[in-house]
Amino acid sequence: MDKNSSPYFTSLKCRECGRLYPKQAIHVCDFDFGPLEAAYDYEAIRPVLTRKLIESRPQTMWRYRELLPIDGEPTVGTQVGFTPLVKSDRLAKALGVREAYVKNDTVNYPTLSFKDRVVSVALSRARELGFKIVACASTGNLANSVAANAAAAGLQSYVLIPADLEQGKVLGSLVYGTNVIGIHGAYDQVNRLCSEIAGKYGWGFVNVNLRPYYAEGSKSMGFEICEQLGWKIPQHTVVPMASGSLLTKIHKAYSEFTKLGLVEAAPHKVHGAQATGCSPISAAMKKGVDIVKPVPKPQTIAKSLAIGTPADGYYAIHTMNETGGSAEDCTDEEIVEGIKLLAETAGIFAETAGGVTTACAKKLVETGKIGADDSVVLCITGHGLKTQEAIIGKCGEPRLINPSLREFEALIAGEAATFKS
Amino acid sequence: MPTIRIPTPLRKLTNEQEVVQAAGLNIEEIIADLDKNFPGLKERICDENGNVRRFVNVFVNDEDIRFLDEKATAVNEGDEISIVPAIAGG
Repeated sequence: MDKNSSPYFTSLKCRECGRLYPKQAIHVCDFDFGPLEAAYDYEAIRPVLTRKLIESRPQTMWRYRELLPIDGEPTVGTQVGFTPLVKSDRLAKALGVREAYVKNDTVNYPTLSFKDRVVSVALSRARELGFKIVACASTGNLANSVAANAAAAGLQSYVLIPADLEQGKVLGSLVYGTNVIGIHGAYDQVNRLCSEIAGKYGWGFVNVNLRPYYAEGSKSMGFEICEQLGWKIPQHTVVPMASGSLLTKIHKAYSEFTKLGLVEAAPHKVHGAQATGCSPISAAMKKGVDIVKPVPKPQTIAKSLAIGTPADGYYAIHTMNETGGSAEDCTDEEIVEGIKLLAETAGIFAETAGGVTTACAKKLVETGKIGADDSVVLCITGHGLKTQEAIIGKCGEPRLINPSLREFEALIAGEAATFKS
Repeated sequence: MPTIRIPTPLRKLTNEQEVVQAAGLNIEEIIADLDKNFPGLKERICDENGNVRRFVNVFVNDEDIRFLDEKATAVNEGDEISIVPAIAGG
């Protein structure tokens, strides 16, 4: 083995046939086209990675570095992660459960979404592999994160997005001086184009040829949830699903911590949330099948989840089934209500995907999938300021008055009268 | 005979031909015939039970056979069959 190679992260491995591959910028098995995934030597990690060691490290996602797929020290996004796990009694009451927590990645650093986790790993690895140009196909959050982290690292970047994204997400990429390319088409078409470009140009596409590294970054959200709960796996976790990758990786995090003895094995259900207007995984799950039927034209305000051909749909379904979890989906109106519910009870302003997670959590409680006496963690993955279009005009308007005490008192008196009647 | 489009990663097995022909009344027969002419192709497309692999898509005139009759999907003279590895991403 190369002396600079990580003793813990050993190879890439096909999820389908188990064939092993070197740790390069490849993502698909040559033989059966299955996705490649990072493989670790858990026997080597077990004696090293203790609770004590983790707790002694800085509060970032890199405190679990032995379980992340890079060889050396992280060089990009070293401050990412360890976002708050917020216990909200008001949210619990509104949902109708004993205990509710929000894993609040709306305040992830630096671009206010969980994507900073995956980009931190992908770009640290991209540098180890010698890439000078990095790129991504994105529904917005990933583009923001690639643009910001590449800028800070001095890497050139290209982000390819559907042309009709929210203003905040477009501007939130442009500002970093990246090359933003809007594609007339849905995300799946952007993704298809990116896989052609990756083959031809030799760039480091974080979610194409660097996907095995990128995807592992999502595990850090699961590691943090366990540690922040006092080294416990939550009884229920509700996760938004686009490609389905985050859900499978959060579960992988729980499994790895169990395997390493960092948490005790405990029954836990992982549930998936989608928007009805693009719910291929939830639809398959509800039908009781594991073949995901693509959605050719997604129609939802939750644009960050609008992936019609989810790459990890099959694995997400198996993860939910394995843990006894369920899938749920919700309409655009319910997404807006979900955003408001989370804001009004927990004081957290989430983007549309957070509205999906909250609305679906509510449905899972209403249908008995999450019991009234249970404890639930909601994975809230992006900030509401990025998707303002979705709720403008739906949260009321400010009342306008002149700077006069008389006018203010008239306004309050008017409200009191309304309140009484 | 129906024509079959071969994806880049499998063209080593078809002497770099992008489009080939095969005989058969359904996908299973077509794949068997392909394997006769291009040995090794079947195990790349199908699992040990003869079903199309999870990360390989087979389209008959742009329809995914998973939503038709899977490997029993009927094939007619002049149909276009495409074999396309799934695209991972997102």
